[in-house]
Amino acid sequence: MGKIVALTGNDAAGTAMIQIRPDVVAAFPITPQTELMHKFAEAVADGDVDTEFVSVESEHSAMSAAIGASAAGARVMTATAANGFALMWEVVYIAASYRLPIVMTLVNRALSGPINIHCDHSDSMGGRDAGWIQLHSENSQEVYDNLIQGVKIAENRDVLLPVMVTSDGFILSHTLERMEILDNQGVQDFVGENHPQHTLLDVDHPITFGPLDLPDYYFEHKRQQVLAMEKAKGVILEVGREFKKLSGRDYWLFEEYQMEGAERAIVALGSTAGTVKETVDALREKGEKVGLIKLRVFRPFPKEELVEALKGIKALVVLDRSNSFGGFGGPLFTEIRSTLYGSGLSFEVLNYIYGLGGRNISLKEIEGVYSDLKEVIETSKVKERINYLGVRE
Amino acid sequence: MSRLKGWKEIPIGGLILEAGNAEEYQTGTWRTYRPVWDEGKCIHCLFCWIYCPDSAIIVEGGKMKGIDLKHCKGCGICDQECPPKVKAIEMVLESKLQSEKGE
Repeated sequence: MGKIVALTGNDAAGTAMIQIRPDVVAAFPITPQTELMHKFAEAVADGDVDTEFVSVESEHSAMSAAIGASAAGARVMTATAANGFALMWEVVYIAASYRLPIVMTLVNRALSGPINIHCDHSDSMGGRDAGWIQLHSENSQEVYDNLIQGVKIAENRDVLLPVMVTSDGFILSHTLERMEILDNQGVQDFVGENHPQHTLLDVDHPITFGPLDLPDYYFEHKRQQVLAMEKAKGVILEVGREFKKLSGRDYWLFEEYQMEGAERAIVALGSTAGTVKETVDALREKGEKVGLIKLRVFRPFPKEELVEALKGIKALVVLDRSNSFGGFGGPLFTEIRSTLYGSGLSFEVLNYIYGLGGRNISLKEIEGVYSDLKEVIETSKVKERINYLGVRE
Repeated sequence: MSRLKGWKEIPIGGLILEAGNAEEYQTGTWRTYRPVWDEGKCIHCLFCWIYCPDSAIIVEGGKMKGIDLKHCKGCGICDQECPPKVKAIEMVLESKLQSEKGE
């Protein structure tokens, strides 16, 4: 049975790791991820978990050690943030390319510079094409639940891809929240034992990881990664159903909040979804037909399901907590608008880039977004396609 | 050249599941110069066998038997290491040999 506790996002992630008891954890501290690893390292030092904890000298080494351990057959976890993730870069791609089911918490923080330690999604979006599954979290409960499910999704034989679980820096990582944790045995039984098919330590079946892959076969290996991502969608749903039996909590590709009869909607990632929900509730009380889609799974991107969920919408706003400079809007906007093109749905889609470097977003601002959408529907005109919400003129 | 396999036929992640399968990868087509061995001159000192980086010198019963042209990349080290008084290996342009033999 579950236990109600008050934990920060970092403690929630650390607790999930302690309960998962990975074989190997390799990590380097970086704000705002530090307390997460502090909590886990403490459990290792106290003998509460028998994980091999590798203190490395950089994030590049953290991911490299994670790859080595995973190739050797271990269940491996790590965590980082922003510039630490950027320093991992080349090995982040290699983890996915070698099909190693490493699970990592990414505590979202703005990429420098100028140097900033607060939340935005420039780090996770920078890694969107690395071949990792991305599960986004609205609150500490979801960080905890996504990590436990992440292990099972990553290690599924049809998937075998690394999983990144996001946690908004400071907003979640350093904020105490009421949440429910499962008992240790429940988590252990849920994740089960890791039985990889091919490992470096299987001396009776010697294999090679990471040989040179020339123009004659590299493309074929990339095509396999496409299939793994396609299959991951079904596995995420299957693991979600199983997790509900354990926890009672529902997990899908995204959450539809007040979408029944909604004419104006917002698509958002992460903790901001909670702020949007508050606004939706207030506006619904006034009889306004507004709703929210909180995207949980950004990779693989649930395109067909989103089209289905957006039927009946008259105008849409995509909130992006990162930007693609010189591009056409933020990364989530680009993806959503591309999904809608040719889908048979035709309504205006606007982009609001917000919260860069941890800039707060208020209920009033979100209310303003919904009223902008009202104007778009009434006038059939879009003043600005790409908007910057909360920046001073 | 053997048929290249499709993406559904190969192990994921670039894994190589059998040990010692480099032998299957034929590098002989990379060659610009081919080592041509003169059996009559050869003293079977096996310097070429020691120095060949591709294990392309075929040796049986302690004697040089020829060159594995499926794997020899034509680096010319065997020619270089063959004792000057022996000179049993000569590097000849592959294109010349092929046009002569109509290969």
